Amino acid sequence: MKALLMRYWPYWSGPVRDAGFAGLMALILFGPVVGVVLKGYDFELHPSRVALLVGIVILGRLLLSLALQTARGKVWLQRFELGRDQGVQVVPAHQKSLWRWVLPLIILAALILPFYANKYLLTVVILGLIYVLLGLGLNIVVGLAGLLDLGYVAFYAIGAYGLALGYEHLGLGFWTMLPLAAVLAAVAGAILGFPVLRMHGDYLAIVTLGFGEIIRLVLNNWLSFTGGPNGLSAPSPTLLGLEFGRRAKDGGTPFHEFFGLTYDPNYKFIFIYLVLLLVVLLVLYVKQRLVRMPIGRAWEALREDEIACRSMGLNHVLVKLSAFMLGASTAGLAGVFFATYQGFVNPTSFTFFESALILAIVVLGGMGSTLGVVIAAFVLTVAPELLRSFADYRVLLFGVLMVLMMIWRPRGLIRVSRRGVVPPVAQGAA
Amino acid sequence: MDGIFLQQLVNGLTLGAVYGLIAIGYTMVYGVIGMINFAHGEVYMISAYLCAISLAVLGFFGLDSFPLLMLFTLVFTLTVTGVYGWVIERIAYRPLRHSTRLAPLISAIGISLILQNYVQLSQGARQQGVPTLLEGAFRFSIGDDFLQISYTKIFILLAAFVGMAVLTYIIQYTRLGRMCRATQQDRKMAQILGINTDRVISLVFVIGATMAALAGVLITLNYGTFDFYAGFIIGVKAFTAAVLGGIGSLPGAMLGGLILGLSEAQFSSMVNTDYKDVFSFSLLVLILIFRPQGLLGRPQVVKV
Repeated sequence: MKALLMRYWPYWSGPVRDAGFAGLMALILFGPVVGVVLKGYDFELHPSRVALLVGIVILGRLLLSLALQTARGKVWLQRFELGRDQGVQVVPAHQKSLWRWVLPLIILAALILPFYANKYLLTVVILGLIYVLLGLGLNIVVGLAGLLDLGYVAFYAIGAYGLALGYEHLGLGFWTMLPLAAVLAAVAGAILGFPVLRMHGDYLAIVTLGFGEIIRLVLNNWLSFTGGPNGLSAPSPTLLGLEFGRRAKDGGTPFHEFFGLTYDPNYKFIFIYLVLLLVVLLVLYVKQRLVRMPIGRAWEALREDEIACRSMGLNHVLVKLSAFMLGASTAGLAGVFFATYQGFVNPTSFTFFESALILAIVVLGGMGSTLGVVIAAFVLTVAPELLRSFADYRVLLFGVLMVLMMIWRPRGLIRVSRRGVVPPVAQGAA
Repeated sequence: MDGIFLQQLVNGLTLGAVYGLIAIGYTMVYGVIGMINFAHGEVYMISAYLCAISLAVLGFFGLDSFPLLMLFTLVFTLTVTGVYGWVIERIAYRPLRHSTRLAPLISAIGISLILQNYVQLSQGARQQGVPTLLEGAFRFSIGDDFLQISYTKIFILLAAFVGMAVLTYIIQYTRLGRMCRATQQDRKMAQILGINTDRVISLVFVIGATMAALAGVLITLNYGTFDFYAGFIIGVKAFTAAVLGGIGSLPGAMLGGLILGLSEAQFSSMVNTDYKDVFSFSLLVLILIFRPQGLLGRPQVVKV
């Protein structure tokens, strides 16, 4: 064993040194914070936790260094360096996409689902769809236009509080507020975006972060208007004025009596689900078309190189503003659904963590990829529901995910594919 | 001049000195690699925990002389936080040096989430605290009111001043500082002239982290309590200070910190305490709209 070690020492020495160094660093980092737990002004020692973490780091670093020395590891490293910045995948112009068959099936399944699902599944799926909507909206802002919006949750809050406040003060219902919230959020986006979007991109991130926090603080502190930390109640949706409660308010007819059905509290959620599904499909369709329009191309061009775009005569403020407002209005829509689904709103639903979660959806799904965002939204919102025991580690996982994705695949797991175009003349010649 | 105004002046000055210390980290990193290090607030938060841990352990060994306590705590906290700064740069930012513009920002958000959750998991979500170490205060009567300056505040002002003076000396007069300034001016040229710019960038992160650690120790001494979420608000405020002074400019960061601290203290005494964070954020937005280059910064010119 010893002879073997000595003989291959040139191969071992590097990795062993790396691992030793990583272990030392891990000991300095984890030693105090993980090993000494504060108890009031006193403390408690947890050496085993530190040993475990340091052991994992040493072993992981050793294995990584050794693996990268093998022939396969070297190839992998090379591919990693090359493949990091892969752009768009171009699909041949005449290739028939499988989606023509799959998409109608998925929509059909989604339409049938609520009538067979129990209440728990239904609420989880509604939440997933709300995050799909949020992810799609932020994907326009971050993924397509390349504007890092860290206060996205503010527009979500505007939608949700718009419904609750509109109902409380103006007596407006779900259907009035749905378009109105989208407009409100878009206007807020314009007010915030117009001055900021003229500047260097990084500033936008911190200003939006500040804006998100301002909105949350105002919601929390303005007791007489927003109800402060207790929040407000939000109305349920109605179908042509028919309510979904057991008894209708103000002597109207509830939904189930009108249609002669037995009362089921699920009706409300089924209805929300179906409306939400329609809105999501609509947003998906609009987004899909927008990307192919000049405005969508302008967003992506601006993301890749702002100076080049400006020298070609693009009005960068207007182009960015349109993306920002569109993203904001989508969040406004999602907010209305969230409020009506929960039945009440309070500021705890609109913390920075929500913004980070939506950002994680976009990052994981891929900048600009629609399919990726839809899948990521469901994975990141539904998976925690299923894995309750991992709930504490959720934020940690999101963080690790963001860092790893940026290092490994900054453009997301699913590559954006785009159909190639064959000019009509060439088509005729062929 | 009434007593409340003067009292808030003193409070604002101590707060501002600490904001200035944290702002240094933002401004130096921005100067060298042109990115906003969103995880900087979390580095500050970690240092507050390290300070409390160090005080608890030293207290366990029966040490109770203030100068010795401070010496050991500062050395320990500044060193470990510096290592945090170094490791963060190494893991999350260096691999992204040539990536898209958005990538390091998102990676920084990721690190920020990781650090918050890591501290929450290992230390618990409840608020932590340290005992008051320096009791007593100077009191002056002014008319009907009186002005009170606690010894802790004086210590904070002194320590912050010393920290900034040492840093200014290093940057202005040493070989290390010259390397930093050269890298900040023109990274490619500095590299050609034989400066190991990767090492300088690492160094800048370490300096930023140690300054944040100094701020962490000082704020913890002053307020006594903190939690794992403490880095977020302070981080944004220190960033505001950096932008106010002109991002990339070292004296600007200190000046911006002082102005922000003073105006925030006056705002919270004259208008409303609940909205003091809103005030700072609004200030940030206003500066960015009307004077994005800040007080001492130069306007940014983008070249192709």
